Amino acid sequence: MPIDRPTAAELLSAVREHLTERLAPTLEGQPAFHLRVATNALAIVERTLAEGETMDRAEKKRLSLLLGVRGNLVGLNQKLSKAIHQGELDNQRDALLEHLRKTADDKLRLANPRYNVPRDN
Amino acid sequence: MADGRLSADKGVCSQLMQNISPEKALHEVLSEKILTVYGAGARVESLKKLSTGASRETWSFVVVTAKTMCVPLILKRDPVVYRANGTIAKEETGLGVERAVEGKLIELAEGAGVPVPGVSFYLSENEKTTSGFVMEHLQGETLGRRILREESYAAARRRLAFQCGQAAARLHGIALGDLPELECRTAREQLEQDHDTMNRFGHPYPGFEYGFRWLEERLEWAGEGLGLVHGDFRNGNIVVNADGLRGILDWELAHVGNPVSDLGWICVRSWRYGHVSKPVGGFGEISELLAGYKAGGGNPVSPEAIHYWEVFGTLRWGVLCIAMTFSHLHGTQTSLEKAVIGRRTAETEYDLLQLVN
Repeated sequence: MPIDRPTAAELLSAVREHLTERLAPTLEGQPAFHLRVATNALAIVERTLAEGETMDRAEKKRLSLLLGVRGNLVGLNQKLSKAIHQGELDNQRDALLEHLRKTADDKLRLANPRYNVPRDN
Repeated sequence: MADGRLSADKGVCSQLMQNISPEKALHEVLSEKILTVYGAGARVESLKKLSTGASRETWSFVVVTAKTMCVPLILKRDPVVYRANGTIAKEETGLGVERAVEGKLIELAEGAGVPVPGVSFYLSENEKTTSGFVMEHLQGETLGRRILREESYAAARRRLAFQCGQAAARLHGIALGDLPELECRTAREQLEQDHDTMNRFGHPYPGFEYGFRWLEERLEWAGEGLGLVHGDFRNGNIVVNADGLRGILDWELAHVGNPVSDLGWICVRSWRYGHVSKPVGGFGEISELLAGYKAGGGNPVSPEAIHYWEVFGTLRWGVLCIAMTFSHLHGTQTSLEKAVIGRRTAETEYDLLQLVN
């Protein structure tokens, strides 16, 4: 990737901010809703660019420890799925669940960081 | 000159006309049909398409009878595809029961004391329309978020969980022998089917895999009984007015299965719309749901069973999100909403792993 500014992440933020601040106020109804869906999707990509790599490294490390093998992230997750299905990790439940929860927390932080902000009246 | 070309090709002409106004074609079908139901002089007004789902079309309209009585109605029919020669085709719908079966189930539910929109008449498939049924247009709110937020539903919210339990018990109590032919799935069969669905896409979901393992190990918690299951009983598929539950909608996923699955489904966090501290649809407590269930004549439900089916429902919603994602990715039904729903699996995966141990 070129080192020139704006970076990919900076371009993305500029697009999202333009859509949210300039375009959104001119729309209503269904188009406004779809624009909000679109800018939410852009925000997911921005957070992934910022944090994804660190998350991936940590996940890979945890997976290698659990499974005792190395590999790429998709391959390791495929192995993990199979091992869970076949009950091979039934005797390390706590470590397994801790890994799965940590991974799910990370995914949620990228997909919807506001998920656990209470909205109850 | 343009006129000459059009009249030279009747196929193109009728296609253009159909494309311009599917409403007109439907208006004719309904106008003829209502004469037999509402008597001579009845006419169709304010026909409006409400939504086109992948699998359903819904329309609202009003019948004005000869005595100038207004009857607000809803038509639900299979989606229509207009062919080039002006005839229509039924779109492949995939999931769920036939419209005639759905209507019949609503009638049975009404007979059992379940609040539902009354079914008025049926459309059978012919050269002008796909099959469908017409029902009463209930007055009230269906949007989950508004039901939870609006001050005018504050009193309704307090009794809603009880009323939902009571309605569920009544629909679960319908005798199996009275039902039209429906798919039957035990807990184990449902689990296997959902697992197959997830695996079809070849992408690993270890968090969900753990959920399947957890449910498989505790199958005895699911309970034994089989009965009519609504299949999509939740906040979002109910009509609520100031008095509370006015009607249960969307019976297309009905099947014979474990009735407690309906009680678990209404507790899935996704249908609480952020109001997470109220497990039943964001408006009520499980104790209220179960009190209503008992009052409606339902069988006793163990805490394990309802927890089991909440986990099941959460996992099932995750798998449905995955299926929608891949229908977008494989180009069968591309849409921004379907693409984004793929990442909602992060929410269901998170919920699932909080619920299991």
